[in-house]
Amino acid sequence: MLRVGMVGLGKMGLSHHAIVSAHPDVKVVAACDQTAYLTSVLTKYTGLKCYDDYDRLLAGESLDAVIIATPSKLHATMVESALERGLHVFCEKPFVLDVADGERLAAMAEAKGLVNQVGYHFRFVGAFQEAARIVNSGALGQVHHVRAEAFGPVVLRPKGGSWRSAKGEGGGALYDYACHALDLVTFIAGAPTSVSGVALNSIFSRDVEDEVYCTLNYASGATGQLSVNWSDESYRKMSTRISVWGTNGRITADRQECQIYLRAAHPATPDLRSGWTVKYTTDLTREVWYYLRGEEYSAQIDHFVRAIEDGRKDNVNSFRSALQADRLVSMILAGAGGTTKAASLAAAPPGGFWSRLFG
Amino acid sequence: MDRVLFGDNQFFGVNHMSEEKARAQAMRFQDLQAVVDVLDAAYQVGIRTFMCTTHDRVAEICDYFRVNRIKYPDYRFYPCMPYAHKYANAATELGIVGALRKFLPEDGAVSAMFRGGVALANKDIEAIMQMLVDAEMKMFDGLSTPVIFIQNVITDLLLGLGMRDAFRIFANHVRTRYGAEPGFITMNLPRLLDVLDEIGIENPIVCANVNKIGFRMCGGIDLYEKTIATRRFRPIAMSVLASGALSPREAIEYVCRQPKIESIVFGASSRGNIQQSKSLIDELSRSCEPAAVAP
Repeated sequence: MLRVGMVGLGKMGLSHHAIVSAHPDVKVVAACDQTAYLTSVLTKYTGLKCYDDYDRLLAGESLDAVIIATPSKLHATMVESALERGLHVFCEKPFVLDVADGERLAAMAEAKGLVNQVGYHFRFVGAFQEAARIVNSGALGQVHHVRAEAFGPVVLRPKGGSWRSAKGEGGGALYDYACHALDLVTFIAGAPTSVSGVALNSIFSRDVEDEVYCTLNYASGATGQLSVNWSDESYRKMSTRISVWGTNGRITADRQECQIYLRAAHPATPDLRSGWTVKYTTDLTREVWYYLRGEEYSAQIDHFVRAIEDGRKDNVNSFRSALQADRLVSMILAGAGGTTKAASLAAAPPGGFWSRLFG
Repeated sequence: MDRVLFGDNQFFGVNHMSEEKARAQAMRFQDLQAVVDVLDAAYQVGIRTFMCTTHDRVAEICDYFRVNRIKYPDYRFYPCMPYAHKYANAATELGIVGALRKFLPEDGAVSAMFRGGVALANKDIEAIMQMLVDAEMKMFDGLSTPVIFIQNVITDLLLGLGMRDAFRIFANHVRTRYGAEPGFITMNLPRLLDVLDEIGIENPIVCANVNKIGFRMCGGIDLYEKTIATRRFRPIAMSVLASGALSPREAIEYVCRQPKIESIVFGASSRGNIQQSKSLIDELSRSCEPAAVAP
């Protein structure tokens, strides 16, 4: 039985906690969050042991692993403390805000032989896995262009009350939304080596960007475009889409379906005809033991658990893999004129941001 | 419960198989009249129960049915609460506690509860759940709501967290305050039934995916078939067509073959599809073993 500590019980933390608690090989030993109201309810109704201080959780419990879902600014220090204690770590995305931290932590985890994974759940979505398989098979021929898009209705008004509207905390469409698209395009078509033509715009937000656009450049000479906007109300929920163009055709994938057009059938993909083939989530998704919001959320947790049980060093979404997205984020920030704005907001307000919510 | 219930996914741009199709439907059903036309088409073939989320737009639909009560004397609503994205979006913006506060009445008692912090948390969770249910039910005032459901995102979140008491609190409140039967929508049927058994909710109404390809039937199709056949609960089958992956006859034939399925909920956006599904269900239900159905 793996002994796990849940760190951060916000929207993602609670979701992870529900899924992890339902895993037959895992025992959630304790959790940590500063929202007293929430933790007291969980303790009373589910018997969950709760801490409001991370270091005390680590010192007080004998754990095998932690699942970190705190605001992004806290990831690096929390991951480090866990690795120092020899714990396997699952950390929400983005991995870190400073690539140098990420390099150091990836090396540390590898040196200690600890399983490390970041929550880029889209890599566990059947339609995107299929897209990656097809692109990597060579069926599209020579890839010359990719497009990565992420749209959603997250910020539709100026007022922001949480860490997501604070740059220094890891807020903004770049850290929160674009990193998914960046990781996905890396997964499906490889990592770009540089970016150009960066535009970071605020639409409603005061202190962070709401849209991110840039060109992605590949060593092969291929190009890409990133388009991210989290202020689009026409989307009911986050919508992520990747398209890849090659000399033999094109593929477009979103969470539900994978649309492939081949000019000519290809020996590497006998299941694809020339012309259109459409594959749907109903064909592509493997069943999970517990479903909450999407198979991919459970699948990524199960992958983490099994990697620990099997002593795997090659799991999906390792720190090193996730760093690719963080590097691209840094390049985009540099391309937009640096981090001046971020620096001025780096100091968190006293008393912590949680107390702002219901003081 | 009626054998055939009408669902609402098509009206609100929800399509689990295709985002493109979902968007096309969201565009088509922006106007209330388009929605009413489809509900009318269903009513004309004898479907008089609308199983719907508590999306803001459902309030408009409720207004229409209140005003046109005489035209639909036997119409029923099965509210499924909450519309998850309402809370998810609020949680992203305001945090979990902030999100809850947004949907609770703005009065001193509520503020006091949250300000009081830990000490009051124990008693308040019941009051808060009741208030959230009441807030979600407001739009159905004056309409017949004989069964009230918890939406699957919340059911399965509570189930995973181990907040079993929440189910009991919900069931009691729905019975006491609304004279309705509690219903539970889930993607994890066997696990939910275990918990409802343990907390003494007997013969519950549970709505879950039941389809020939085992799509989102957590625990596996064999276990689902066995569960439906042997355990004591009132099953409603949803996602019968697996979001469009199955042809109607094949899909409905599979569901009708499962003994004891009390009702089937489906959504459709054209008169033709509605009529076809309804007549297939009627035809294939007759040719299967009769189920023991509560009135």
